[in-house]
Amino acid sequence: MSGGVEITVRVAEIEQATASVKRFRLASASGEPLPVFSAGSHVVVSMDDGGHRIRNPYSLIDRAPDGLSYRIGVLRTPNSRGGSIFMHERVSVGSELVITMPVNLFPLIRTGRKHVLVAGGIGVTPIYAMADELRSQNAPYEVHYAMRDEANGAFAAELVERHGDKVRLYRDDAREIIRVEEMLPNQPLGTHLYVCGPEGMINAILAGGRAAGWPVENLHSERFLAPPGGAPFSVALAKAGITAEVGPHQSLLEAIEEAGVDAPYLCRGGACGQCVTTVLSFEGELIHNDHYLTDEEKASGTKIMTCVSRLNGRELVLDL
Amino acid sequence: MTTLSDIKSRPIYAGLKVDDMARRHLVAAEGEGALAVIEAFSRAPDALDRTTILYCPAGSAAMGHDTALADLNPDVFHLAPSPQTLLVRLNVMLSTATMGTRLYATGTEGFIGAVIAAALPFGVDHHSIYTEHRGSLARRVQCVHCKGMTENVTATPFTCSHCGLTLFVRDHYSRRLGAFQGVCVDAEEPGVIPPVEELYK
Amino acid sequence: MGLQFKTETFRDDFTFSNSPEAIHRFPFPFDSDSYMYSVNIEQHMPGPPKSHVEFPIDIDEHYVAEMQDRAMVLKEDPLRCQALPHMLTAEWDLVELLMESMSKHYPEHFSLTKDGDRWHWVNRPLGIDQRFTFGDTATLPYPPMEYVTRQCQGDFALIDQRNDMLFMDAGMITTQADWSLDFDIGMSWTEWHGPVPLAHDLGIMDRALKFLLNLQQGRPVRRLNWTMTVNPRLDTSPENYHKWGVDRTTVTPENVGDKVHLRVELQALWRLPRSNAIVFSIRCYLIKMSELVTIPKWGRRFPRILKGLPPELAEYKGLTRYRDMTIKYLEQFDDGAPTSPGFFPD
Repeated sequence: MSGGVEITVRVAEIEQATASVKRFRLASASGEPLPVFSAGSHVVVSMDDGGHRIRNPYSLIDRAPDGLSYRIGVLRTPNSRGGSIFMHERVSVGSELVITMPVNLFPLIRTGRKHVLVAGGIGVTPIYAMADELRSQNAPYEVHYAMRDEANGAFAAELVERHGDKVRLYRDDAREIIRVEEMLPNQPLGTHLYVCGPEGMINAILAGGRAAGWPVENLHSERFLAPPGGAPFSVALAKAGITAEVGPHQSLLEAIEEAGVDAPYLCRGGACGQCVTTVLSFEGELIHNDHYLTDEEKASGTKIMTCVSRLNGRELVLDL
Repeated sequence: MTTLSDIKSRPIYAGLKVDDMARRHLVAAEGEGALAVIEAFSRAPDALDRTTILYCPAGSAAMGHDTALADLNPDVFHLAPSPQTLLVRLNVMLSTATMGTRLYATGTEGFIGAVIAAALPFGVDHHSIYTEHRGSLARRVQCVHCKGMTENVTATPFTCSHCGLTLFVRDHYSRRLGAFQGVCVDAEEPGVIPPVEELYK
Repeated sequence: MGLQFKTETFRDDFTFSNSPEAIHRFPFPFDSDSYMYSVNIEQHMPGPPKSHVEFPIDIDEHYVAEMQDRAMVLKEDPLRCQALPHMLTAEWDLVELLMESMSKHYPEHFSLTKDGDRWHWVNRPLGIDQRFTFGDTATLPYPPMEYVTRQCQGDFALIDQRNDMLFMDAGMITTQADWSLDFDIGMSWTEWHGPVPLAHDLGIMDRALKFLLNLQQGRPVRRLNWTMTVNPRLDTSPENYHKWGVDRTTVTPENVGDKVHLRVELQALWRLPRSNAIVFSIRCYLIKMSELVTIPKWGRRFPRILKGLPPELAEYKGLTRYRDMTIKYLEQFDDGAPTSPGFFPD
């Protein structure tokens, strides 16, 4: 519940979009329309793996015109803690899942005069929604989408169909790469750039933006971290008076939830800061993996984001 | 550089520094702001062949800052006879400018405010404009009652140049208007006017 | 049973008053005998039946008169309702939020029927019957935010979220406690709260900002704020301060009970779905001192609050001139007995 209002959905359709990506249509279980969302939003999908709860954030691709379903895209990641593998192998048409209300940590900047959207691989999902919204508002935009090869470009055909020559495709196998230095210099003042994709790509595009003289205020990205695993440790929750073990493939937040404590969260990807928790003491070293806390806060050893960060050591005591 | 008081709504004028990454430098300067431009660009001479300077001497006409700026030898130097004519030219340049252009504004607070306000409709985030306050502390003040702007206000209270009410200058600044707020000082006791204080020289 | 709307004024002859039911449901903002500025944010959940928070949007006996007063303010000064162009999507979000809530909770007064994007809105108290296309501004007689807020009690500000900051980029502000939309529109969170004393130093504004940046759809929040006003004047704008400021000198020991009003704002914030903007509603409730003291607990507590108020807060709220006179009046109703914890009447 700490992630907010929850909605039960039923999987209405599964499409093998590429060798490694499945697209799921999640239909409202109650028959009531699902909430309208703004482009760039995600929901946290909660999966019940035999009593073991896995919660992963997925960007929303679109909402059906009748409002009764959303689409999400899930890349099967080999080192998954189980979330994407669960979605790929255990979820079938008719399965019930629980999702949170949409949350937007990657919004379009509505004061912008033009919008350049850049996607790599599965990072296309929020970009797809953004392109649709910009089209419906008659705002100037362009889409750049990099994919491994044609077989991996499930979204490419749909993007071209919807946005025509505003879309530029890049195929790794044809050695086509996004050339930031060609794409950016002549954009009109007031243009914003949005990038979502693999970490390396995001870094390269943002660096290219700065190199082209763009102010940081006009460069936007979304990086969802899968919570990295690590050595197991124990966590003591001072207020609840509970001690729990955090397994090597489990996040701190997941271990807290499994212990029955309702801890706050929103994005579960190290971005929003909702799960920031006060550290009372620890033995060992805090491994901060988030993009939210400042370097000073990280160094202070007094705060931790439970969704992606952990301890390399024996015991962590939290004010929960 | 002048240190200004702790007014939360007032922008922080962090001082001019040349953005090495920018493809184009668009500089709007007024009065003593010329000195800030000279100091910043003397430290980054390589940037000058990509630099446009728009300058209006305003109250510093006799100081010869225009010659000193021209001697920097930027790509374009334009001497404007007034802030208004400078802003007309700036608006046209902003409408065709591309990303990679860094905007700089320096001079009195009213002038900086006018430059920022001109850039906002072009989708420029105000945080991305580099600013430095130089010269008089005179304020541009909007009368909250009649909405009239009075330029170069150096004292509070003062008389609104439009509706004639006596206004107290509130420490509340609007970026969009580039102005402080003026509020009737004797509303509760008409005719009772506190002594005039020269605060913004 | 429908509401009985009163005929009354908030200017000139000031005929506004509260019925006993309205007094009983007044959002008295003090849960103990002392007051200090704080964030005091809570979930905007449905409250007890007949209370001011029974429904997300509260409509009461003053509805028709307040809407008439708003129309008069706008006729004199159209700048009280403004929206920057990028806020249009948020304006439509607001149309949906208000029309859905009003028609759902007050079906005898308002109705909304939808056929896809074709909407039909009926406002019986104001005699409005409007068919329009959701999303098509040309099908309404006013821009969307202005249209719907001319029909809903409370001021409304629409707040855009960009680069982890909030910007107040649109609003309908006609019952403000001394701030100017025309001056403040476009300001960031930090800028428009600039004049609030103490709050910055206490770190309250930064904490509230962090909280609101993560405000979730479907989880609105609320808080109460308060000030005092001489005469039941809704339009205490800075624009007209030179006209109403003199009111503050008209309080006498004889008229204090009827002239001095506690003014409480029920502030609520919702995340909007299409725009990701936040709507900030500021719903103003007025109560005369002579009405307030009909609730014995409030009559005891409020003078104690006023006595303990830090001088800079009293000055900011503009009540320095008549605070002592008000305390003196109220103390007649304070027998010194302890008060029970919480807001509600005993």
